[in-house]
Amino acid sequence: MNLSEVFRRCKPLIVYICAGDPSPDETVEIAERIVRAGADVLELGLPHSDPIADGPVIQAASQRAIAAGMNTDLYFDIASRIDGVPKVFMGYYNMVYRRGLDRFASDCKASGICGMIVPDLPVEESRPLREAASRHGIDLINMIAPNTPDKRILEIISLSSGFVYLVARSGVTGASADLQESTRHLIERVPPVIPRAVGFGVSRPEHAAELVRAGADGVIVGSACVDLIGRSELDQLEDLIRRMKRAMTEVSVKSAASIRQS
Amino acid sequence: MDEISCEVRFGRYGGRFVPETLVQPLVELAEAFERLRADPEFSGELSKLMRDFAGRPTPLYRAENLSRAIGRDVYLKREDLLHGGAHKINNTLGQGLLAKYMKKKRLIAETGAGQHGVATAIVGALLGFETEIYMGEVDIERQRMNVYRMELLGARVIPVRSGSRTLKDAINEALRDWAASYESTHYLLGTVAGPHPYPSIVREFQRVIGDETKSQILAEEKRLPDSIVACVGGGSNAMGIFTPFIEDDVRLIAVEAGGRGQGMGTHSAEHGASLAFGDPGVLHGAMTKILQDPYGQILESYSIAAGLDYPGVGPELAHLVETGRVETATAGDKTAIMGFKALSKLEGIIPALESAHAVGYAIEHPEMLGELSVINISGRGDKDLHTVIAYESV
Ligand SMILES: Cc1ncc(COP(=O)(O)O)c(C=O)c1O
Repeated sequence: MNLSEVFRRCKPLIVYICAGDPSPDETVEIAERIVRAGADVLELGLPHSDPIADGPVIQAASQRAIAAGMNTDLYFDIASRIDGVPKVFMGYYNMVYRRGLDRFASDCKASGICGMIVPDLPVEESRPLREAASRHGIDLINMIAPNTPDKRILEIISLSSGFVYLVARSGVTGASADLQESTRHLIERVPPVIPRAVGFGVSRPEHAAELVRAGADGVIVGSACVDLIGRSELDQLEDLIRRMKRAMTEVSVKSAASIRQS
Repeated sequence: MDEISCEVRFGRYGGRFVPETLVQPLVELAEAFERLRADPEFSGELSKLMRDFAGRPTPLYRAENLSRAIGRDVYLKREDLLHGGAHKINNTLGQGLLAKYMKKKRLIAETGAGQHGVATAIVGALLGFETEIYMGEVDIERQRMNVYRMELLGARVIPVRSGSRTLKDAINEALRDWAASYESTHYLLGTVAGPHPYPSIVREFQRVIGDETKSQILAEEKRLPDSIVACVGGGSNAMGIFTPFIEDDVRLIAVEAGGRGQGMGTHSAEHGASLAFGDPGVLHGAMTKILQDPYGQILESYSIAAGLDYPGVGPELAHLVETGRVETATAGDKTAIMGFKALSKLEGIIPALESAHAVGYAIEHPEMLGELSVINISGRGDKDLHTVIAYESV
């Protein structure tokens, strides 16, 4: 299933984990539990030594994974062993560039990955990878931030496929207590010509529900899950995903019902 | 100043590889820089500060004893005489004033050895900013004195515990801070690395070194030098002195840290020579030459001189090396120590260990210098005495 189909079927809950954390051997099992709990898309991170867009939780996970021997070859090996869920790559540009853009996109394809998120690759730098990705039928997912001007949003959208990743707030990844008004405003500013998934700071079922209510087409949760993995609390991880998914579905069902009533 | 100096790319290097949140702050910074460098009020205020506060122009000193020892005419560009003890103040005054004109309230910076942190703290005090300096925990241990200096100057030093807990991680942390704080805060990056427009901004604020050198050598010798030698960490003192000579028939020699040797291990290299031994890749927002493993993880670098201990290098230097305009060389710890002692004994000038790499190289390779050479003494060596004592005792 490709990403457009996923978004046509539902408002997906997209779950990020750092491949190789706590060890390469455990990632497949963790991913299976996440899928079982109801994640619609798995965003599988390739750890980098210098993750400038990430907060302390994902930094720590990246360091654990690298220390446990994680590398790009193992990454694709792990990815190809995870079934039953659409998979998206997330990783920093140097890791992609170093392997070779075409080879990287081809390895994604071969291991069943359908999209790529590269947080340090803004649109004006993205052409070479976009071309390589599209040669292999992979979506390159662009990000839009609260401070992205309207004109630039249109440019970004025109160069996007799959979905766009709306960054809920300034700063880096990491759980936060509540959602900001600027997030709602951002969803309104991005025209719904392509699915809009919102991430950064989403950590509770209420956040996920609120985002769907505000018009998000999908919700991305990362640090909250990575934090539980770091503490080996996998039952709680499943529980969190289940509750998030349920909260999102309830909103969708209610709004569908209210549309039918009117 | 010419119009194309704020270029985004230098051949295949440079660019702006940053999270989307940082694009807009960088665009605003580039616009402000282009506008203000053409503003006579800004230039006037900066020139005055450079003269009265920092101590410019610095002398171009004909080093008779060193010249006699190596059989070449050698001049020293005395950036070690600047306030703060290094060329770093040229950039921090420029960017600090830029931040003031942009109405920012807070400065953040990274520092390795503490030199750039001190230079930022000085400007923060002078211009009334709240100043916070990111510094790796390992470096804080190595450079206690500079930590105290920064605090004395009113800055807060924030320990960085992520990654290798050194300079590269301090830059990561400053970028993360800026992504959340850009509305009130200017990120004062300390060298010609990082995303556009930093490589251009820092070069333009440092080129005063080369501009002065050019008029001084023409006044003294009625001709240009055959060569200019500068050490390279990120490349700001080198780009500063090289830039006005790019179109001239002058050998430009960039001396990197050869450290303990050419080895590269799983997580670290034995040197800081990204131009000589690095491969193209993206670090801290720019495509440049970097020290990395086969998968693209960044390696920790090594040098006895903390200011040269960086696994990347400015993208413009990477380009100038690739086109052959700038020549690279390496000088190891041993050569640097030799240069450090030689200049102290011969000329009564204790150079920074960083600058001592350029001095040591020149002493070992007089044949590369031509008849008339300029060595950039980017800083003074008082900060390094404890390092040299420790080196001697093993
Ligand atoms: C005295 C001195 N020289 C040189 C350097 C290296 O930096 P750059 O290559 O940017 O000049 C430093 C950095 O801290 C320094 O303190």
